[in-house]
Amino acid sequence: MTEYESLSVTNNSSRQFLSFILAGEEYATDILKVQEIRDWTHATIVPNSPDYVEGVTNLRGQIIPIINLRTRFSLPSDDNLKNRIVIVLNVDDGHRTRLMGLLVDAFAETYDINDYEIKTAPSKISVIDDEFIIGLASANEKMLILLDVDELLTSQELTPTVNDNVA
Amino acid sequence: MSIDLSQFIPTFLEESFEGLELMESSLLDLEQGDIDTINAIFRAAHSIKGGAGTFGFNRVTDFTHDVETLLDEMRDGRRKIEQRDVDLLLRSVDCIRLLIEAARDGVECDAPSIQDVHNALAQTLNKAVNHQEEAENVEQEIVETSNETPCWKISFIPHHEMLQTGNDVLHIINALAELGPVTQVVECESIPPLDSIHPEECYLSWQITLQSSCNKGDIDEVFEWVEDECDLIVEQVKNELPEIVDEFEAVSDNVETPPLPTPSQKTDVESVSAVKPKVSNPEGGSIRVGIDKVDALINRVGELVITQAMLKQVGNDLSHQQHDLVEKLLEGLVQLEGNTRDLQEDVMRIRMLPISFVFNRFPRMVYDISSKLGKKIELKLSGEQTELDKTVMEKIGDPLVHLVRNSLDHGLEMPDERIAAGKDETGTVHLHAYHQGGYIVIDIIDDGRGLNTQRIKEKALEKGLISAEQNLSDQEINELIFAPGFSTADQVSDLSGRGVGMDVVRRNIESLGGHVALTSTPGEGSTFSVSLPLTLAILDGQLIRVASETYIVPLISIIESAQLNHNNVKAVAGNPSLYCFRDEYIPIYSIRQLFSLPSSQSPLDETMVIIVESSGNKYALLVDDLLDQQQVVLKSLDSNYMPIEGISGATILGDGGVALIVDIKGLSALKQQMSCEISHAFEHTVESVA
Repeated sequence: MTEYESLSVTNNSSRQFLSFILAGEEYATDILKVQEIRDWTHATIVPNSPDYVEGVTNLRGQIIPIINLRTRFSLPSDDNLKNRIVIVLNVDDGHRTRLMGLLVDAFAETYDINDYEIKTAPSKISVIDDEFIIGLASANEKMLILLDVDELLTSQELTPTVNDNVA
Repeated sequence: MSIDLSQFIPTFLEESFEGLELMESSLLDLEQGDIDTINAIFRAAHSIKGGAGTFGFNRVTDFTHDVETLLDEMRDGRRKIEQRDVDLLLRSVDCIRLLIEAARDGVECDAPSIQDVHNALAQTLNKAVNHQEEAENVEQEIVETSNETPCWKISFIPHHEMLQTGNDVLHIINALAELGPVTQVVECESIPPLDSIHPEECYLSWQITLQSSCNKGDIDEVFEWVEDECDLIVEQVKNELPEIVDEFEAVSDNVETPPLPTPSQKTDVESVSAVKPKVSNPEGGSIRVGIDKVDALINRVGELVITQAMLKQVGNDLSHQQHDLVEKLLEGLVQLEGNTRDLQEDVMRIRMLPISFVFNRFPRMVYDISSKLGKKIELKLSGEQTELDKTVMEKIGDPLVHLVRNSLDHGLEMPDERIAAGKDETGTVHLHAYHQGGYIVIDIIDDGRGLNTQRIKEKALEKGLISAEQNLSDQEINELIFAPGFSTADQVSDLSGRGVGMDVVRRNIESLGGHVALTSTPGEGSTFSVSLPLTLAILDGQLIRVASETYIVPLISIIESAQLNHNNVKAVAGNPSLYCFRDEYIPIYSIRQLFSLPSSQSPLDETMVIIVESSGNKYALLVDDLLDQQQVVLKSLDSNYMPIEGISGATILGDGGVALIVDIKGLSALKQQMSCEISHAFEHTVESVA
């Protein structure tokens, strides 16, 4: 409760979030990070990259990588999904901005969430590293997991280092 | 009003570096009494000084000021152009460059050479100043005896458009007044009738008398900024002052002297101008555009090409349908294809610059090296107008410098040696550039002693690069100079033989998608031929299929492709590792394995073999199928993702899909990495068993 109060006192602005479905759960990202939403099409496999890198695809002349969020979060893959979408995000790693696609099950909704409504997630709740989660929020009696895409997509495996995923 | 000056700094830097290049090349061409060249050098130095002053780069200003003074003396003929001074000026150019670079990076430049050169400059100038003072003393005496101050008569006739460049006559005259008392007569005969006066032009001219003991240079400096925009005559007159004043008075009796014009008082005629304006820019002219804008344009056109390819596909699918509109559509698509291709070529040409940008540095280098080595060298340049992509140009500079140095240092003989061999004592190095089938070829031809094949062989044996049993042709032996860790210089000299050998040159050239070849005739000289793609943005590629993926192999690295003959596959330790190609065993690279693609399902896969070459090594690539050959536009994986070992980039195919471009050199690194891991894992199992 103290956390909640301190947040409400210091900050009263609201942010828009775009939410999407992943294995029945609802996740959300800051809408300002989202450049566009596209239908999922085949991606070109990138050799020797982490398994959650689905490949690269052509976004109007730019080559962008596609991250499969199910694989990233160690969720089982499901071949029956029809309406999978790619959320194209502007990712800022502090040095430059890159375009990356996030492959998710389906698009859900957009929400206005006040900063004071965002609650800190208890640590180590899942396989997802705590630093990738901004917090939790409730909307229409559902729980939203707010993701920090900057952290998620600039994590070590996706930044230029030695790639040791060679079989 | 305050303007953020820092926004102009990049322009200043760019122009200054151009100015320095101009100074350098002009100095090398400088001959006695060549006033135009001296003026050009002086102007370049003056602009640098002015710009540096504006931005507060004081060290640049101070240094350049002395250079300018020296040049000014040469310009006035007060100083003979001596080789020693030219050398000093060349060294000064280097120092100014260092200083500007330091100012750009915001660091203090503490290279000791700068202080040395500055002292040398000061010394040279001082000597001259002393001379001058003596001269002036003499002059002074004369003046004193005649008891008169020297008098300058200045005829200043501005061109009509002078005021439009922001110059103000009032400022000029005020500056003159600082030198001494000024008497002036304004001539206003050329003022046209009021109805044809153009308010922004200047119709007045001045006859000015200045009483001052200054020298002509001081007066010229006042008119520095307008010297191209006016007719100026400066003469020294003695004992004529009263006369002139009389004359002036006579004139001013007739015409009421108007007040000095200010820029608001500008006047004009449409066409007839008394003084012909100088033609300032007879050539087409150019504009400075940021390279990012050009790249954005190139990317846009790249997308257009892809869209056009997609439309063409659709057109082909429709072509069997009988419909009037389909025919029209197809016609339109053919036109679109032509236009797109033209547009792409034109856009690519924007990035193209003549190779002279690289060649320009060589006269200076040859000049320096020839004096250092005591060799007589003539440098010939040809094909300087051959164009190539700016990116390629930036990267080819260093390898070329290395090759030219190599020719100067090792190729050409000392004068006496040349005479003994019955040659002209002056050796020539010829740089020749030309286009050949989508490539630019740069030949570096020297008429020196040629490669010493015997010596190379000994050296290679000594270094263990070859074995004594190997039977190599002379050409093969000569090519060994490109092998890593090979340097024939008996002594490590300042010029070459610093361990950075020809292998680095070759590696750099190959990383640009080019290659280097050499021919050599003992006693007659050697020729190094560097061929480079005209642009890095486009690549001729062979499309291949492996599993379900399409990859592109650069056509330039392919030697041969053929059906896989299983008899030629040799196994080592149970693994198919070597391929027998024309009596040579070359390592087999399975793309499927290296790229961790799903392993082959049927024996019909991996039916083709492509023999490729990189850095002199051959590899046999196993692929499933060969597809088209086509030109592809290179895209970086790095811009949104990260570099991948074994992949040099990506491109977009006609269907909008992405295909990755195979990097042969990266493959061998990848192979090594993998075999390391395998052997590591193997050791691990052995240990655990033990």
